[in-house]
Amino acid sequence: MTPRPPGAHLPEHPDRLWSAAEPKAAYDVVIVGGGGHGLATAYYLAKNHGITNVAVVERGWLAGGNMARNTTIIRSNYLWDESAGIYEHALKLWEGLEEELGYPLLFSQRGVLNLAHSLQDVRDSVRRVEANRLNGVDAEWLDAAQVKEVCPIVNVSPDVRYPVLGATFQPRAGIAKHDHVAWGYARAAAALGVEFIENCEVTGLRVSGGRVTGVDTTRGAIAAGRVALCAAGHTSVVAATAGIDLPLQSHPLQALVSELLEPVHPTVVMSNAVHVYVSQAHKGELVMGAGIDAANSYRQRGAFHIIERQMAAALELFPVFARAHVLRTWGGVVDVSPDASPIIGLTPVDGLYINCGWGTGGFKATPGVGWCFAHTVAHDDPHPLAAPFSLDRFVTGALVDEHGAAAVAH
Amino acid sequence: MLLIPCPWCGPREEAEFHYGGQAHVAYPENPAALSDEEWARYLFFRDNPKGVFAERWSHSAGCRRWFNALRDTATNEIHAVYRVGEPRPVTS
Amino acid sequence: MRRENGGRIDRSRTLRFRFDGQEYTGHPGDTLASALLAGGVRQIATSVKLGRPRGVFSAGSEEPNAVVQIEEPFPEPMLPATTVELYDGLVARSLAGQGRLATEPDPARYDAVHAHCDVLVVGAGPAGLAAARAAAGAGARVILADEQPEPGGALLGSPDEVDGVPGAEWAAATAAHLEGLPDVRVLRRTTVFGYYDDNYLVAVERRTNHLGAAAPAHVARERVWRIRARQVVLATGAHERPIAFAGNDLPGVMLAGAARTYVHRYGVLPGRRAVVFTANDSAYAAALDLAEAGVEVAAIVDVRTAPGERWAARARERGIELLAGHVVTAARGDGQLSSVLVGATGDGGRSIDADLLLVSGGWNPVVHLFSQSGGTLRYDEALGTLVPGASRQAVQPAGAAGGVFTLPGCLADGAAAGARAAGPHAGPHAAEAPRAAEPEATNAPAYWLVPANDYSAHFVDLQRDVTVADIHRATGAGLRSVEHVKRYTTAGTAHDQGKTSGLLTSAVVAHALGTSVAELGTTTFRAPYLPVSFAALAGRDRGALHDPVRVTALHEWHVAHGALFENVGQWKRPWYYPRPGEDMETAVLRECRAARESVAAMDASTLGKIDVIGPDAGEFLDRLYTNLMSSLKVGSVRYGVMCRPDGMVLDDGTVIRLADDHFLVTTTTGNAAMVLDWMEEWLQTEWPSLRVHCTSVTEQWATVALVGPRSREVLAGLAPGLAVSAADFPFMTWREADVAGIPARVCRISFSGELAFEINVTSWDGLRLWTAIMDTGLVTPYGTETMHVLRAEKGYPIVGQDTDGTVTPHDLGMSWVVSKKKPDFIGKRSFTRADTSRADRKQLVGLLPEDPGFLLPEGTHLVSTATLPEPPVPMLGHVTSSYRSAALGRTFALALVKGGQGRVGERLYAPVAGTLVPVTVTSHVLYDPEGARRDG
Ligand SMILES: Cc1cc2nc3c(=O)[nH]c(=O)nc-3n(C[C@H](O)[C@H](O)[C@H](O)COP(=O)(O)OP(=O)(O)OC[C@H]3O[C@@H](n4cnc5c(N)ncnc54)[C@H](O)[C@@H]3O)c2cc1C
Ligand SMILES: [Zn+2]
Repeated sequence: MTPRPPGAHLPEHPDRLWSAAEPKAAYDVVIVGGGGHGLATAYYLAKNHGITNVAVVERGWLAGGNMARNTTIIRSNYLWDESAGIYEHALKLWEGLEEELGYPLLFSQRGVLNLAHSLQDVRDSVRRVEANRLNGVDAEWLDAAQVKEVCPIVNVSPDVRYPVLGATFQPRAGIAKHDHVAWGYARAAAALGVEFIENCEVTGLRVSGGRVTGVDTTRGAIAAGRVALCAAGHTSVVAATAGIDLPLQSHPLQALVSELLEPVHPTVVMSNAVHVYVSQAHKGELVMGAGIDAANSYRQRGAFHIIERQMAAALELFPVFARAHVLRTWGGVVDVSPDASPIIGLTPVDGLYINCGWGTGGFKATPGVGWCFAHTVAHDDPHPLAAPFSLDRFVTGALVDEHGAAAVAH
Repeated sequence: MLLIPCPWCGPREEAEFHYGGQAHVAYPENPAALSDEEWARYLFFRDNPKGVFAERWSHSAGCRRWFNALRDTATNEIHAVYRVGEPRPVTS
Repeated sequence: MRRENGGRIDRSRTLRFRFDGQEYTGHPGDTLASALLAGGVRQIATSVKLGRPRGVFSAGSEEPNAVVQIEEPFPEPMLPATTVELYDGLVARSLAGQGRLATEPDPARYDAVHAHCDVLVVGAGPAGLAAARAAAGAGARVILADEQPEPGGALLGSPDEVDGVPGAEWAAATAAHLEGLPDVRVLRRTTVFGYYDDNYLVAVERRTNHLGAAAPAHVARERVWRIRARQVVLATGAHERPIAFAGNDLPGVMLAGAARTYVHRYGVLPGRRAVVFTANDSAYAAALDLAEAGVEVAAIVDVRTAPGERWAARARERGIELLAGHVVTAARGDGQLSSVLVGATGDGGRSIDADLLLVSGGWNPVVHLFSQSGGTLRYDEALGTLVPGASRQAVQPAGAAGGVFTLPGCLADGAAAGARAAGPHAGPHAAEAPRAAEPEATNAPAYWLVPANDYSAHFVDLQRDVTVADIHRATGAGLRSVEHVKRYTTAGTAHDQGKTSGLLTSAVVAHALGTSVAELGTTTFRAPYLPVSFAALAGRDRGALHDPVRVTALHEWHVAHGALFENVGQWKRPWYYPRPGEDMETAVLRECRAARESVAAMDASTLGKIDVIGPDAGEFLDRLYTNLMSSLKVGSVRYGVMCRPDGMVLDDGTVIRLADDHFLVTTTTGNAAMVLDWMEEWLQTEWPSLRVHCTSVTEQWATVALVGPRSREVLAGLAPGLAVSAADFPFMTWREADVAGIPARVCRISFSGELAFEINVTSWDGLRLWTAIMDTGLVTPYGTETMHVLRAEKGYPIVGQDTDGTVTPHDLGMSWVVSKKKPDFIGKRSFTRADTSRADRKQLVGLLPEDPGFLLPEGTHLVSTATLPEPPVPMLGHVTSSYRSAALGRTFALALVKGGQGRVGERLYAPVAGTLVPVTVTSHVLYDPEGARRDG
């Protein structure tokens, strides 16, 4: 027998995950949406707050939405203090999560490079690095030669269209295996008594006297003391049934993988100007994200010219990828807010809580969101790290503008 | 890559167009008279339906005209296009 | 081994190639797989997880097993040997899971082409050819694409006849006929791999791969076809289905149809002694053909107790033992198949020596593209497989892709589909189907899995080493959805994306859960149908063509004079002009000094310029800019700021009034297109009643900023007809004049605080003007860096550098540019929002490091304490611009600081590389705050 290539094996999943449940008549908390955020919220509700009479109600198969479709980049080097707060909280939780959940998450702190291609990119990058450090987030500014040291296959030659002038580097950033994360949370939450109801779409929120009383689903009505929305790209649709408008627009976002390749790419590289984000997953496939489709859509599928553009950008930065092959492309539906930051908190309806607007970058926040949102639901009061992300900011103007800021939102 | 029927040029590739979000959101008559909440609604809140959506497109690499379309965001099917100022067509 | 004759290979030519270090030969028409089989090679790859040997399993692009690495002529990772056309000099090796990327850049070219047609026919097998012929005969514009080097599809691998001639000949003749028609395009080696909305399909054509080192360099190696089709006919055929039994991954186990193809198409015998394991009739033809070709067929093992009578008779006639109601319980061998265990039940039984085991569990229509198109799939109980259901787009399946599995059926179905697709084109004689012999009736219940006690060697996904036992573990863990099982086991995620294993996986899951495939469904069929190279998709949009490069009319001069360039948007702008021996700092200080003390010039042509014309132009600009523009006099110039509705600065620039109804607006370089879009959007969607037109004139003008106390003198020399004194040509006015003999528009504006003129001429004359200015010998050229220093000394912000989308004009200390008189303008309402009207917003200020030689890095943050507390450290703001100033004789910076305008005189600290650098807050205007210099 020939020796197997490194990474050919992923750690095995446990023999027991969770059991599909039939909906009960009532729960203390119903979580709408069994993606990463819904599962993590359920887990922390049970674990941190002792609330275990909880159902996660999922339209399709558990964690089959964006949780199953994202490129798994994890980092906390966001510009604004508010963002650094919640993402860094998440990253700290990531660092202990395998143990916490007793599940191999393939969390790999291989670092993330965010490339700079213009003098303004450089200014913005340094600004972000400096802000990160003062916020206690690890960050470095690397020049082009140092970028090459971290990731030798990046083309740093000065005569490409938009040369690499340097990069920010967060060594503690990295990737994890999304399914393992979702299943790790589901399994741990199941052990604490949380129920998972799959193939069950919430078709309406029940509100009476300004207070949520339950949900209507394709499998019947379920009463609930509190309802927490974790429906990602579909949040607008669900919230609208309670008459709540949200400043969200849903767009397809695509990603793709290559075949398994011998290791060439030791870190994660992201670039805004030459739009690329790519890592090489544990088994050896290149995992790459593309851009969003400009038009609103709920089709879990994007347009092909976005992929073509993506490949052109990838080869600008990584000429060695030329003869790699795209094996599979797919899309998710992401909910984008006006300032590219999430919306977390209470709503005008008592007992109804929202967590949405994570757009293209909410995987990395999964543990942090679960933690803070569970607190918000349990205490009927925003967790301090979630408070800046209230709906109210669109009225006061106190946005957390990660669009304008240099950071790539993924 | 959608095939978008520009009401001025006929069907053209999506890549020639620029997307403009929800249609029929008029700039308020008198912004000064609005409360902060009302103004915030104009600034940031747009419909996001799963289903038929009246939306704006601009044929930016063609005739450069803005127009409106009724598109189903669940299927991407365009049911109608109409010029700015024309009423939203009734579709079944 | 190779047969004496037969097959569609050219025996008159011999091709040499190497595999795993060994020399082999083959012929044109071979694939790497057929040549290796002919050379007696059984193991082609090693499985990724278990390290098991793997051989050739199929004869097409559905191959799950025989993946190889190409090493020469140029490394390419992971290709199925069944799809690699053989060429001279090919060097390949077997793979064990991971491919290898080249370390050298790929020298090949790639391209893309757009095409439109009435009917796109995908697949040039019998159904596709019949469809294309019918559609073309009806007058439709047709594209026929097939991934094989020659048309024919299944006909290439069978002895069947069409219209009285051998199928392959009929296919060649039909293709030749089609190619002779003016409106038909036949694409060979072209795989349609994606089906998107509005009948948009993408295909990749492999143009030179099969030529190896002889590929001409000027021809694109691969070309992507972007096809918009009015109608699509999917004649993509069917894939044969494997059966799960113990040891079904051994080299020597092969799909029955594939073996038949090796015999007929490639003239290769894939083994010497064969057993056939089938659940349907089609494998009988394979058995008979192999026997005819000289393979000893030891037995046909048919799971059906009552196989088709006539086939059974023919098998017996041929002397082949028929074991009806039997199954293969195990394939055995050390590294390759040596015997087959056959029994009437799940376990044990009789052992038959064989080096080849043909398997046929039935056929799956290739529904990938149909599913991608949005069409639904339906489980057909009789066929035991998924077939196309309702379509959402203008598409129809034809032939085997639609579940029609007989040759006459495919020909008729194809012809009918082609005629329907041609639609209104279809004439009276449109569709007469080609004819072939009637088949015998078949009955073939679905058969997936040979029951056993131990399922650990029943492979489902060969490439991912997923067994039935693995699937049972997944269902045992509580998983109920095939998507979950796929992720738990990784089944279907390999290079072949589960082409042969997908449905089998569903069947095994359904079996384990006691449900049906119809209930359970399958995982989603995603693009691309076949792996496509990154390079093909990138096409030509690389290097200089990745994004257009824009240069000004003066670009050549800048290059010739040693300018270094900065990318600003798509533009190349001179950054600075180092003289021999100068570094950037010295060069910029010199350029700055020239501008402040003498005269210097900059190419400002990249600034966006928009003509705003019409009787309501003034009103229009009043609504867009924060200040009043309609009151501007003809002949005058005004600086203006535009905000977004949320009150944040969008862009800034000058507005000059050329006539009552004609303004010329300038924008920042990077925002020119955006501002034009912005104007048109407001005009067309909100204020259609305003009579205004906007036209970009950026490229039409070359613009030179002539700056410095001696600029007037230089201009006077070049424009003797122009009265240039401060009184005759006041600040913020413009004049028409001949400059260096060129008709010019000259504006007296300044972005440096110095006396300055901006000279605009047509682009054609730009270089002449610039040369004339330089020929005076007085003027120093300067670039964007010096421009930045000069403006910063005066506290003029740069949108995008000193602003970041969160900054209002008030924050910039420019309340003077915000009209209090106008009832409204875009952004006004937002200024009074709670957060936007806070007194302690971040505001633009100047900073002077206490050490006048210390240059603060741009992006540095500011804190109020002389020692840093534990993180998170409260930050007051950050440095947006920072320079060494020749004029100030020291360093300085601009910064956005919380409540900055109230902090002038305060000492703050800037954490830089571990130390806290003390700085003093000043006004953002550091140089010539009185404005004494602008008149010279
Ligand atoms: C292609 C792609 C790449 C990405 N890359 C990254 C990345 O690299 N890093 C990163 O941090 N983030 C990334 N993201 C974003 C990230 O995936 C999301 O922000 C995050 O997954 C959202 O939270 P979630 O996991 O709860 O969402 P989801 O997994 O989408 O969960 C929402 C769930 O709600 C369910 N639901 C919706 N409506 C209903 C209803 N009415 N009733 C019941 N259930 C309902 C959905 O089916 C879904 O399962 C990426 C996203 C995509 C699409
Ligand atoms: Zn048009």
